[in-house]
Amino acid sequence: MKLPYYPGCTLKANAKHFEDSAQKALEKLDYQLEEMKDWVCCGTVFSMTSDDLMLQLSSIRNLLRAEKQDLKELVTLCSMCYNTLKQSKDFVEGDLDNLEKVNNFMYMEEAEYKGQVEIYHLLTLLRDRIKFETVKAEVTNPLKGLKVGAYYGCLLVRPQKFAIDDFEAPTIMEDLVESLGAEAIDFQFKLECCGAYQTITKKNISVKRAYEILDSAQRVGCDAIITSCPLCAYNLDFLQKEIEKEYVDFQTIPIFYFTELMAVALGVGWNGEWTKKHDVDPEPILIEKNLI
Amino acid sequence: MYLEISKKDINNELVQKIHEISGQNVFDCYQCGNCSSGCPVVDYMDITPNQVLRLSQYGSIEEILKSETIWVCSTCLQCSTRCPKGIDVAKLMEAFRTVNLRDGVGVVDPDHLEVENKDELPPILLVCAMRKLTG
Repeated sequence: MKLPYYPGCTLKANAKHFEDSAQKALEKLDYQLEEMKDWVCCGTVFSMTSDDLMLQLSSIRNLLRAEKQDLKELVTLCSMCYNTLKQSKDFVEGDLDNLEKVNNFMYMEEAEYKGQVEIYHLLTLLRDRIKFETVKAEVTNPLKGLKVGAYYGCLLVRPQKFAIDDFEAPTIMEDLVESLGAEAIDFQFKLECCGAYQTITKKNISVKRAYEILDSAQRVGCDAIITSCPLCAYNLDFLQKEIEKEYVDFQTIPIFYFTELMAVALGVGWNGEWTKKHDVDPEPILIEKNLI
Repeated sequence: MYLEISKKDINNELVQKIHEISGQNVFDCYQCGNCSSGCPVVDYMDITPNQVLRLSQYGSIEEILKSETIWVCSTCLQCSTRCPKGIDVAKLMEAFRTVNLRDGVGVVDPDHLEVENKDELPPILLVCAMRKLTG
């Protein structure tokens, strides 16, 4: 079955392995991600002000183009794309004034947006449509003995209105991890901010955030962390070399996209190209647990 | 900190501007401190989020506009989800940044970014930072 798919910029660059592993894992479940045509950047951040329409425009442009291509829904893998598209959709949905305002900027497009495209994150589709039981039944290489901490970050669970699960105690990623045969470990900072874009201007903040998050996961025995946000993945993975300089006792821990572990469990295997996209080598833990 | 509070200041032009941009009523705040206790980056702030609310109630917007706090806030929305009075504190923080950015204060110049390992940064990080820190 085909799933109309919105990739977003980072899935075509630093997080190519996120897309690749998702595609391969879904094929094992008889689903294919079919990329929508002519997509543009989602804008990455949603407007938090009442008078700034600009931040909504690129998201709406994507929805409009999807609608023009007769797509009823879009699936995203990236948490930021999910949140931005979803909030922009909500901004115009049921509000004719906002819809008209936004459409006034769409004069370069062939049609106006009507507000008919639904946005899903792949995790919710796995839970509600594909079902975790089906995933479990297709697992050929159970992730036995692997202790995984699911890191949600901010945008899968906040604002509350757009949370993909309970906004304070989500279990959707843990449920997926369990269906893959791994042990899901709850840890204290799984919903805390990774420092986000502060990495550009105030790197020390992101380094400390990443340390606290990873340390709280390691203290309860996690072997690996999964995420669905390329920005979180960057901060948690690539800042570990900075953490090592500041915190002498720190031991590195691999950061995976949840789809990479799905691919391993569903028998797709591991792709050496994916390893190159990581900073902390993800292979040793998989080899240690006899998974690849 | 020495503060002179007058009726005139409490509803000055900047207070109204912040109210208009954020859509939040700062007088709803009763200083429970939930926003500050849940904030993951409060250690790096010079005034805490609940103090931002208090200063806003006094009309001392200039104090907040000069603070480090508004730039440390990364819009993680923890405060907004925890406020028992339903104040979207993150929107308030964005309003202060917006007022500054529209005046050209605190704007990051993309041509002079001092970032190591520029090539390894994901596009999402650069786009996000530029949207938050440029006018």
